[in-house]
Amino acid sequence: MPTYTQIGSAITVGSGGSSSVEFTSIPSTYTDLVVVGSSRSSTGDVSLLYRLNATTSGYTGKYLGGTGSAAESGNLTTLTAGAGGTWGRVGNAGNDSSSATSSTFSNWQMYLPNYANSSNKSLSFDSVVENNATTAYAEFDALLWSNTAAITSIGFAISGSGSFVQYSTFYLYGVSNA
Amino acid sequence: MPNPTRIEVNCTTGEVLEIELTDAEVAELAAQAELAAAQKLEDEAAAATRATAKAALLERLGMTADEAALLLG
Repeated sequence: MPTYTQIGSAITVGSGGSSSVEFTSIPSTYTDLVVVGSSRSSTGDVSLLYRLNATTSGYTGKYLGGTGSAAESGNLTTLTAGAGGTWGRVGNAGNDSSSATSSTFSNWQMYLPNYANSSNKSLSFDSVVENNATTAYAEFDALLWSNTAAITSIGFAISGSGSFVQYSTFYLYGVSNA
Repeated sequence: MPNPTRIEVNCTTGEVLEIELTDAEVAELAAQAELAAAQKLEDEAAAATRATAKAALLERLGMTADEAALLLG
């Protein structure tokens, strides 16, 4: 039976906000990894971005989402972030924006199977944006990192000038197949 | 006012670092934000151009969007 083990410490963003967060020196002893997040952007920028092993290339993906009244789909590649440089794009949206209902956060999960093997890495991501209004966003994404290195670090940022606001949280788990 | 920070967790040692961005990183942050804003405007303009072209084509063909979707689906 698979077991989940929390790795490292949970990240809770403090009062000043954070332009990016990163889990480093991830041990290769698990089968899969899961990141669970709850985040909100300091601006209207809502695209969640990621970097594996601090690498800026090799990211592609597809998203399928809905606003509550319309369906959307498209390709995902890379975007520049306020945190600096090029990042892989996790989703079309993924974060509550600063205009979403006060004190609400998006909730999401990223699954990284076989993160330590020597093949390209396929990931999945799902998120819901919390907003007590007509329009809220939910999406599912299939992601590919075209790189054969074992994943040893995972970072997140927000597109444009966005940063993570206080109380955004990030948890990393290792999944072991018993 | 202190610079923005980034948070780093070392999963082997458990150490949590809240690192203040350097002035150079803050400048880079501002530059990247400008680039991202420009890219966003470019993407929105491209999407608007495509939507206008699509509407014009449908009008020339005398079809509604639903009829076009039915035809292509």
